[in-house]
Amino acid sequence: MSVIDRRTLVATASSALILGTAGLLSPARAKGVAPTPSMRGGSNNYRPGAPIVTRIGGGGFWMSGTVRRAGDGAPLAGQRVQIWAHTTEGHERDPHSHGATLTDANGAFRLEMPQIVPAFGQAHGHLALESRDFQTVFLRPVMRDPSATSLTADFVLQPA
Amino acid sequence: MTSLRAAAMWAALAVAIVGPLAVAATSPLLEWRGPVYISAGFAGIIAMACLLLQPLLAGGALPGLALRQSRIVHRIVGAGLFLAIVWHVGALWITSPPDVVDALLFRSPTPFSAWGVIAMWAAFAAAALAALRKRIRLRPMTWRRLHASLAALCVGGSAVHAVLIDGTMGTVSKWMLCALSVAATIKLIVDLRIWSPRARRDA
Repeated sequence: MSVIDRRTLVATASSALILGTAGLLSPARAKGVAPTPSMRGGSNNYRPGAPIVTRIGGGGFWMSGTVRRAGDGAPLAGQRVQIWAHTTEGHERDPHSHGATLTDANGAFRLEMPQIVPAFGQAHGHLALESRDFQTVFLRPVMRDPSATSLTADFVLQPA
Repeated sequence: MTSLRAAAMWAALAVAIVGPLAVAATSPLLEWRGPVYISAGFAGIIAMACLLLQPLLAGGALPGLALRQSRIVHRIVGAGLFLAIVWHVGALWITSPPDVVDALLFRSPTPFSAWGVIAMWAAFAAAALAALRKRIRLRPMTWRRLHASLAALCVGGSAVHAVLIDGTMGTVSKWMLCALSVAATIKLIVDLRIWSPRARRDA
């Protein structure tokens, strides 16, 4: 174990602080990419086993994001993401408002769905990451602009 | 009060109540909501309208209504407010049960939910106090202070709840209705000197 003197400690801490606050700390160099916690209310109206679809309803709105592994931040391919929301075509509880997609080789996913509209006070979407190898995570991203035509949500998963 | 002033006051009250209802009735969001969810929204707006009427009725501020009559109408509107809240929460429950359960348990991701639930319990407590007034035999001033405090909590909580929501009410009409009910509540509490040691006993 190397001895860390005060100067090294101060220099390391301040550079980490500068890099960290600037958002420049690269995932690979970080001690570990922290797992994404489930958001409150994220699992509301979830439908276990919603089918994989090429598009939910008529489309026109894009939900996208990435799925990575906690710790090293490696992209995870083939992960099943369920997406649902209150849209112009139905309520959150309606089965046809739900659909799932798989992440590509870069851990990215993208699914077209109908326009999300404000419901229960906020325009928001729901995403569930259902995986045998990783712990389930539920997200509930809120749209800052309710008329926006896309929304993103990123997952960092912990092994189950 | 001159008849012109009386007419102006009734007209202003009508605008304050009909305005938000009219805006909500033409909201584009209605197209994408089922009838139960739509009724939940309107029940909420009707409850907000009751919250403007209640302090005006309690203080006998509405022209043409004597204080005695005004207090009778206050009780009727109070019962209407209770039913509107029950309808609002019940219809939201049918629309999305987990969201309402989260709200009632104070674990909702949306801060306005907690304010709505606080306002609901304050309204229910104020209503229970009114229904049990003769049975619980509190000193009149104690009863009034309790009822007014709960009512003020209900009005304040409801105003925050409504203002934070992106819903069918228009921004201007919503702020106006909320501001008027908060102002009417504060004015009544000040006028009746609810919290002063020399509270008015005549009103």
